[in-house]
Amino acid sequence: MSTMAEPQSGKVSFNMAAAVTKKSSGTEQSMAQKVNGVRHVPNGKLILRDVNFFYGNFQGLHDINVSFPERQVTAMIGPSGCGKSTLLRAINRIYDLYPGQRAEGEIVMDGHNMLDKAMDVNQLRAKIGMVFQKPTPFPMSIYDNIAFGVKLYESLSKSDMNDRVEWALRKGAIWDEVKDKLGQAGTALSGGQQQRLCIARSIAVKPEVILFDEPTSALDPLATLKIEELIHELKSEFTVVIVTHNMQQAARVSDYTAFMYMGKMVEYDHTNVIFTMPDKKETEDYITGRFG
Amino acid sequence: MSSTNTGVLNEVKSVAPINRSKLSFVLGDVVFKFTALFFALVVLMLLIGIVAMLIQGSLPAFQAFGWGFITGNDWDPVQDIYGAWPSLVGTLVAALIAMLIGLPLSFGIAIFITEMAPQWLKRPVGTAVELLAAVPSIIYGMWGLFFFAPFFAAYIQPGLVAVLGPLPIFGVLFQMPTLGGSSGVSVLTAGIVLAIMVIPFMASVMRDVFEIVPGSLRESAYAMGATTWEVVWNVVLPYTKTGVVGGVMLGLGRALGETMAVTFIIGNASQLGSSLLDPGTTIAAKLANEFNEADGLQMDSLVAMGLILFIITFVVLMLSKLMLMRLAASQEGSKT
Repeated sequence: MSTMAEPQSGKVSFNMAAAVTKKSSGTEQSMAQKVNGVRHVPNGKLILRDVNFFYGNFQGLHDINVSFPERQVTAMIGPSGCGKSTLLRAINRIYDLYPGQRAEGEIVMDGHNMLDKAMDVNQLRAKIGMVFQKPTPFPMSIYDNIAFGVKLYESLSKSDMNDRVEWALRKGAIWDEVKDKLGQAGTALSGGQQQRLCIARSIAVKPEVILFDEPTSALDPLATLKIEELIHELKSEFTVVIVTHNMQQAARVSDYTAFMYMGKMVEYDHTNVIFTMPDKKETEDYITGRFG
Repeated sequence: MSSTNTGVLNEVKSVAPINRSKLSFVLGDVVFKFTALFFALVVLMLLIGIVAMLIQGSLPAFQAFGWGFITGNDWDPVQDIYGAWPSLVGTLVAALIAMLIGLPLSFGIAIFITEMAPQWLKRPVGTAVELLAAVPSIIYGMWGLFFFAPFFAAYIQPGLVAVLGPLPIFGVLFQMPTLGGSSGVSVLTAGIVLAIMVIPFMASVMRDVFEIVPGSLRESAYAMGATTWEVVWNVVLPYTKTGVVGGVMLGLGRALGETMAVTFIIGNASQLGSSLLDPGTTIAAKLANEFNEADGLQMDSLVAMGLILFIITFVVLMLSKLMLMRLAASQEGSKT
């Protein structure tokens, strides 16, 4: 199944002793804990072990072993079709909607394997919010856009719900712009506002992880800047994983960066390491724009 | 060698004819424009002509009975007294029953096809629903009269009467038929068959509009942890409400005007029974039954009923347009 040359090292990659022997050159500090180019991160919020993903017969992900740290921003970069969005969609199991798509391996959060068939997908998705490429406000008022998700899990009194909506909209950095028009349709907002509304909507159900799938690729630079600032603030409370095509964006917002290529995790490390002294030639070629 | 030369020459020449043909080009455009305008006007003229004929033909009836024609209960060719009330109520009640049964079923069918059915089942179910629309209404009529009505009378009607009959207020609608025998022909059976007839229209329109919901919108609702029902009810339906209303109106229009099948099944009773299990009639059925032998005031009264049916469907269509406009205009979501 695996096309990787290295031996099956899934579980071993979390063994530091095995990792130390791997690399001898470069800066000792940054190289010491990397296996196959993937840095081991202790206390990972999301731990992926031997994750393989299939679209029917096509394998979209190959033996992904990585750990995303809690309350940090992890960026995933790589060329189109490299599997970064697939990885994101595996984490909250949104692929479940489509017959023929399946994931193997383990995605562990707080000791629970998300890919376990017995896992309650709806409860899982309450803990793992997702923001999509295009803003997707629901066809309802701004207020209801926020309240929709909350109502799925909690029955709050009217005043509690008002408080929650305000809280989420403030967290989403959009409260000041919409506080006087909560009854208006969410679709009437501008693109950037819609995207922040969608972020606020994810926040409202108090998730632990928020996944961003190229959240700014449909937005203008100013709206992009606001979203990036927002992501930066969010990491004080949430674990953030963001897929982006924009390498400057990855460099600006993230603490860790994963470079993916052809469905494989090529390199994963602190963002400054990835962008200044990557291990792998492919990573360097990609971030310097010499790719392909 | 020479052939390439003439080729070049032809290319050079061909620049001029484009300029010369401009006039005929413009002329063609003008002719086309007026032809299209003519066709469009023909439709309008036809409509005006039909309405004018209906109004003119129905004048004697309204002169004879006034507004009482609409509320009149009797239809008595012997004494030349005519009232539209039983037919009018029958039309509305049969259509209402058809909607009450057909709407949830169509909704369920559309949801199943778009949201739940495995890939291999989508096409067969979708095609079967569309084929229902291809069955001629006379076939529904025959099926209803020879199979469904007797079946209904034998197996369903007694149960309905026993269970719903004793209920207060509501129970009046489910008493054993007092008019005519219990062959099963009734307003209710007609309504049920009508429901089957309007399902393909409503279900396929709903399916089509549900399918245009962007995948990312659907996914983001699922990503919130919503169940299929919550996604459909809170996101898919509001997103497609204009299309759904359009589909429902299409079905309602058909239910109001359907003639042949209803004539077979409804029993064609001129009186208005209080029970849904009583035979009744609709405007369209009445017209189909009596046009052949009618003359004089009876004919005028039939035409007048045609006018009333026309007004009803027109109002339904207008209301749906209004509703769609209001839906489109209202940016206000409901704040709970």
